[in-house]
Amino acid sequence: MAVNQGTVQALPDPTITGLRPKRTFLQQFVTFLKTKRLGTFGLFIALTMVFAAVFAPQITQNDPYVIVVDQIYDSPNSNYFFGGDHLGRDVFSRIIYGARISLVVGIFSSFIGCTIGMMVGVFSVHFGGKTDLIIQRFIDAMIAFPTLILAIAIMAALGASVMNVIIALSIVYVPSTARILRAQYLAIKEMDYVLAARAVGAGGWRIMIKHMIPNAFALYLVIVTFHLGGAIIAEASLSFLGVGSPPDVPSWGGMLSGAASQYVALAPWLAVFPGAAIFVVVFSWNVLGDALRDVLDPRLRGTGPS
Amino acid sequence: MQALRHKLGTDRNILVQYFSWIGNMLKGDFGTSYFYEGDQVIDDLKMRIPTTVQLAVMALALATVMAVPLGVISALKQDTFTDYITRIVSITGIATPNFWVAIMTIFFMVLFFNWAPPLAYVDPWEDPWVNFQQLIFPALALGTSNMAFITRITRSAMLEVLHEDYIRTARSKGLSEKIVIFRHALRNALLPVVTLSGYEFGRLISGTVIIEVIFLVPGMGRLLITSILHRDFPMIQATIVLIAVVVLVLNLALDLFYAWLNPRIRYT
Repeated sequence: MAVNQGTVQALPDPTITGLRPKRTFLQQFVTFLKTKRLGTFGLFIALTMVFAAVFAPQITQNDPYVIVVDQIYDSPNSNYFFGGDHLGRDVFSRIIYGARISLVVGIFSSFIGCTIGMMVGVFSVHFGGKTDLIIQRFIDAMIAFPTLILAIAIMAALGASVMNVIIALSIVYVPSTARILRAQYLAIKEMDYVLAARAVGAGGWRIMIKHMIPNAFALYLVIVTFHLGGAIIAEASLSFLGVGSPPDVPSWGGMLSGAASQYVALAPWLAVFPGAAIFVVVFSWNVLGDALRDVLDPRLRGTGPS
Repeated sequence: MQALRHKLGTDRNILVQYFSWIGNMLKGDFGTSYFYEGDQVIDDLKMRIPTTVQLAVMALALATVMAVPLGVISALKQDTFTDYITRIVSITGIATPNFWVAIMTIFFMVLFFNWAPPLAYVDPWEDPWVNFQQLIFPALALGTSNMAFITRITRSAMLEVLHEDYIRTARSKGLSEKIVIFRHALRNALLPVVTLSGYEFGRLISGTVIIEVIFLVPGMGRLLITSILHRDFPMIQATIVLIAVVVLVLNLALDLFYAWLNPRIRYT
């Protein structure tokens, strides 16, 4: 929405600008809350999760790393709301602290990956010709690998740590983002306003930064939101397989691996609660992404989260 | 140390190593495993590729069989209670990580039927029925997110087709609703569904890694994870390359199937 305002403002005719009054960001936000109920719900849950991650020490008094032998496989009680795990650690506080890992990995990897993808796409279109061809063949090669498999391969080379998960997932999201945005930039490059900018002597950098990137910014935001949900699931999958975050770090995927999946019949709370946490968070981001996509770019309706 | 380096070939220039690896790979030689010494990597992998492909194809078949009718019903009864339930189920399915579905499947199976994942895997040509029993639950757990996704695209494709002129023509000719839906609407709505479910192969194969670990199915994914834990790099490289090859082959097969399904694109 904000993207199109530039063109509306630029129109000289006052009657036309009068017909389409400029709406502030706040007004647009209120309309979003009123018309997109499910999206608002997603936004609410996503914000609650951010709140839980930031104020984790205030929400739970139990240290997620402390091992209490008495509480091994303890069923949920007043001290350990969600019970104790195979080492006697508090499952509830591990879930609250796990929100930090999930959020950090999700936000950083999707933003870094999509931003690099955006730059690759814009360079590819701007330079065109052989550069474009070479970049696209590289992207072809990367897309041939399924995302999770590529992430596992990178993790196998780098070793298990939270930082490496962010690096691996960022790399994984570059090619698909670059591919989608490239198509958009190719269309923008042929627009009259780019021609006009070129005619008044704007350089390549100016066209890229002032025209191409802002005009595909809505699509970029939608892609980031979808990858955010995907990255949270991918982080959980990697940690579950033992190639993501190290086992002592409280991560939702890691909590589901090992004892949780082997003794699910004896201690179901070990598996139920972390899984439910992943589900609720990914659900809320997906719903928010859906609503954002409808508002920002209705042409994309019907394309699911990738 | 020097002798070991020479044996593994790590004393050569990294580019030389890379190109000799590519050259050997094209000849079908992926080197020998570090962990199972003396084993040719390709021999270990050969047995496992069919298992993984079978699991993925079963999951996609199960997902399609359940998802297409659901999507059609949801589109026909747009904005009714049935539609809302289907949509909520499909959004839920997309957001649920499949390893959690798998763990929960095992949980309920143990709880109600006293069933546990079998320790010994049986090949389909030894005993197809036992093999089917072993793979049906992994395939179900693997297919949930694909089912949700296919339901969603079937619904939107069906809704789009139902507003086309030829549907109105068919109805005004006085054709029965059954024929209109099955012969005119569904046939055309399925084309985008087939195209889009092709993109799912990548996700399915990614999913098999996790599902094979949970359900103890001896496929490529489980081999990949154990090789990573053993730091068995020739095995890791070979598995990852072959997974990519499998995905490409499955996509090619789907493209050919699509050309057979849709005569319009055969001549372009």
